[in-house]
Amino acid sequence: MGLKKYIDQNIKPQFEEGGKFKSLRSVFDGFYTFMYVPNETSKAQGAHIHDAIDSKRIMSFVVIALLPCLLFGMYNVGFQHYNAIGETAGFCAMFFYGLLAVLPKVVVSYAVGLGIEFIIAQWKGEEIQEGFLVSGMLIPLIVPINCPLWIIAVATALAVIFAKEVFGGTGMNIFNVALVTRAFLFFSYPTMMSGDKVWVNGQYIDCINGTVDGVSAATPLGELAANQPVTTDFVNTITGLMPGSIGETSVIAIAIGAIILLWSGVASWKTMLSVFVGGALMAIIFNAFGPETNAAAQFPWYQHLTVGGFCFGAVFMATDPVTSARTETGKYVFGFLIGCVAILVRVLNPGFPEGMMLAILLMNCFAPLIDYCVVQSNINKRANRVKKA
Amino acid sequence: MSLFSKENGAVFTGPLNLNNPIAVQVLGICSALAVTSQLKPAIVMGLSVTVITAFSNVIISLIRKTIPNRIRIIVQLVVVAALVTIVSNILKAYVYDVSVQLSVYVGLIITNCILMGRLEAFALQNGPWESFLDGIANGLGYAIILVIVGFVRELLGSGSLFGLQVIPSSALMENGGLYLNNGMMTMPAMALIILACVIWAHRSINKEK
Repeated sequence: MGLKKYIDQNIKPQFEEGGKFKSLRSVFDGFYTFMYVPNETSKAQGAHIHDAIDSKRIMSFVVIALLPCLLFGMYNVGFQHYNAIGETAGFCAMFFYGLLAVLPKVVVSYAVGLGIEFIIAQWKGEEIQEGFLVSGMLIPLIVPINCPLWIIAVATALAVIFAKEVFGGTGMNIFNVALVTRAFLFFSYPTMMSGDKVWVNGQYIDCINGTVDGVSAATPLGELAANQPVTTDFVNTITGLMPGSIGETSVIAIAIGAIILLWSGVASWKTMLSVFVGGALMAIIFNAFGPETNAAAQFPWYQHLTVGGFCFGAVFMATDPVTSARTETGKYVFGFLIGCVAILVRVLNPGFPEGMMLAILLMNCFAPLIDYCVVQSNINKRANRVKKA
Repeated sequence: MSLFSKENGAVFTGPLNLNNPIAVQVLGICSALAVTSQLKPAIVMGLSVTVITAFSNVIISLIRKTIPNRIRIIVQLVVVAALVTIVSNILKAYVYDVSVQLSVYVGLIITNCILMGRLEAFALQNGPWESFLDGIANGLGYAIILVIVGFVRELLGSGSLFGLQVIPSSALMENGGLYLNNGMMTMPAMALIILACVIWAHRSINKEK
């Protein structure tokens, strides 16, 4: 621990009250607690349960769980590219192409979001909160590959300021920050977020900006919204070798992430499961009673669950501990309604090919109400029990 | 009391800044969101509200001693409705395209909270000249915010000001450039966020003592 001793003795005092870099206190503190476990824990008196888990560790687990999606997304970007220009390339070439295309988006998202968080923490004189570690990774995974970097930067800045900091920072936000970023992109720059030109990068890598004249490739949901039959076969929707947002295509990669999240206890299986149940149920209803002419209504229910952002949203967005319902019963209701609304939007509104984003954002605003009802019914139940006794 | 006394000065400058109807009292938000996607309708709307507030204030102030207290709201509504109809027809006659853009929102000035608020809170207690100043100032205070919001929304949403292209079309993505207009700026949702930013800035500058 020579290094830690050195930091403690020589570097730390400079950032404390009276030191040279007093104004950068929270930046130092952020890095310091990120690298080392904090010294101060609660005292061994009272009814505290000591557990090593803190929000940094939770965030780190989610980021680890996102890695399979990220890596597969990179490969898929390369695969779609070489497929579109009609060249054959090895696995490494495809992956490397995707790496070059995706990495700038990750860097931009983190740089902008963390930059704003650092500035605000400095300004308020607070500790830096680590909430953006996950959002910064989610944002590049839910945009199309052709989305220009400056647009991602603008949307990230807006979402961090207006969806998070104005509500009081990490843990206080009502809406999922990554989804607000996507919603902002979707409504502000619809030509960059949907349609059939944005999903495949047709040009050689140009690190500065997104490429404009993309190759035509519709996502399954894009085809459904246009009321056409889906050309991607079911196996490809599972493996993820199809056009779509960077991280959302592969069910397998998302399943690996889901296992990591559930095994580490970070995400709730109740929310996850009930999203799938809700979505499946709604899709089955549409399969049975939906209009014959609506391609999305007639799309088999199990395929509804594998295309678009349904899985990704269910595993990584709906389970966000801050914006989802917190009561255990509430989680079932919350997840179930997300699944229902997502399929409802997909089928009945051709203007929105994908309903997952809107469904989760909508249920984010109802999560406190769901919790309130659950808590209130519990109170009433107990009050009645007292009355009877 | 002279026409331009210190008290009258305060009546006039208050609504422009420290007692701004939108930024401080948060009244009249509905129309501020609806008509500000471009600068021109925003200005026309601001001026219409200024004229209507000023003259309805004067009229109500003149007859304030004869209005029976129990039916004063109806009397106020009649006066405002008459003025709104006049303004609406003038707009139709001289700036038809703007009046089409504003559509129902000219008619809805009748329900604008700023108007009823000023009539109730000021014109019923004060003389015609003070009421006139108060009406003009409140209308202008409303118009200032509308112009700020309209400026931002038209610039970022359509890349133009007063309908003239400001951002060169060669910079746009469809012509090979990098820039894209922000579609959300043309929606009322974004107007709400911009309005919030204006209020935020205004309150940061004028901290409550």
